[in-house]
Amino acid sequence: MQTLISPFVSHSLRLAPPLPRNSLLNNYHQASPIRLSSHFSTTSLRLFNSGAAAAASRDSEMTTEDGKDPRIAKIASSIRVIPDFPKPGIMFQDITTLLLDTEAFKDTIALFVERYQGRGISVVAGVEARGFIFGPPIALAIGAKFVPMRKPKKLPGKVISEEYSLEYGTDKMEMHVGAVEPGERAIIIDDLIATGGTLAAAIRLLERVGVKIVECACVIELPELKGKEKLGDAPLFVLVSSA
Amino acid sequence: MFAVENGLQGDPRLKAISDAIRVIPHFPKTGIMFQDITTLLLDPVAFKHVVDIFVDRYKHMNISLVAGVEARGFIFGPPIALAIGAKFVPLRKPGKLPGRVISEEYELEYGSDRLEMSMEAVKSDERALIIDDLVATGGTLSASINLLERAGAEVVECGCVVGLPKFKGQCRLKGKPLYVLVEPSQFDELTL
Repeated sequence: MQTLISPFVSHSLRLAPPLPRNSLLNNYHQASPIRLSSHFSTTSLRLFNSGAAAAASRDSEMTTEDGKDPRIAKIASSIRVIPDFPKPGIMFQDITTLLLDTEAFKDTIALFVERYQGRGISVVAGVEARGFIFGPPIALAIGAKFVPMRKPKKLPGKVISEEYSLEYGTDKMEMHVGAVEPGERAIIIDDLIATGGTLAAAIRLLERVGVKIVECACVIELPELKGKEKLGDAPLFVLVSSA
Repeated sequence: MFAVENGLQGDPRLKAISDAIRVIPHFPKTGIMFQDITTLLLDPVAFKHVVDIFVDRYKHMNISLVAGVEARGFIFGPPIALAIGAKFVPLRKPGKLPGRVISEEYELEYGSDRLEMSMEAVKSDERALIIDDLVATGGTLSASINLLERAGAEVVECGCVVGLPKFKGQCRLKGKPLYVLVEPSQFDELTL
């Protein structure tokens, strides 16, 4: 499709490490899923323990190197920048154009799946609403469960809640009680990290119940806003860094 | 039309899907037995069954666009779109989509709401699917059909994980077929 590159923003690209290019569809159809009980509140979960220890020791290997993955440039160019949305002065990074580009969307998911498969990750948490678009395909491909992190009052049943700051005022993020178990290994997905407030709230929610955050993963980072500093010990992985 | 009426009778995946959906009574208000699909998402095997069944149905229907309604349609739509090689188009609450949008109003029980779609989403002659987690009144799906048709797409079908029994047989929404995997689960006190 016609990709729109704003004249106002130059994308400086942080490239994903060079990894063998697996077909997304192969990953999707052949991934061996983790068998979990369907009613998390009453039966215990059989965690992916056998791989967890080995996977944990490999976490330090998951660093971003300067490699030349050709998929990244295509992904970056498929993202549309809309000036002055939602208000004047903000250069909005619009991923809906990425979703219209079937190759770019497939490559985006493949890059995350290649990074996270086989690492003993049993939880993919996605932040409402655009994290709901990227999280589930990754979860399905790596055999993890998908946990939605939602605005207040959207999740039925028992929830835990974490407040976080906005530019003016505060908001709350909620997660279901019992969705995750202590000791599980999680990644948190959102389309973009700006100030890091939302991701920090998601980290706190998961850590409160004893989950280990392996990494936060976003398509786009706005590095000037220094969101990475709010993430504590949790590493950040992004495909596109938009200066 | 339900999956059991169309070739999947006895398919154990349907029971696995139905069993994985939790019922929360009186949410968001008294009298509503809320079908909570988040428990389905915690069961990777059952979640994969949902996507597999939709993908098997749609992969040879020449679909170029999958539209999903905010927010739970965002969970089911993209995996289907990716597997059949279609683009994904989010249908959103007002004010969320940047750029030029078209907007459709629809009725709620009390009052009305609006759904928006980007004007860049649809090229001419696109064959589209609309995906949502559940169909009850059909109001949201009808608004979605309107948006896609106004933009020039042909809506081939609406697909939902859960649907009220009234959608059995040849029931259509604005003339479009509806495909539903399971009926609402029953509330079981033991599971809470």
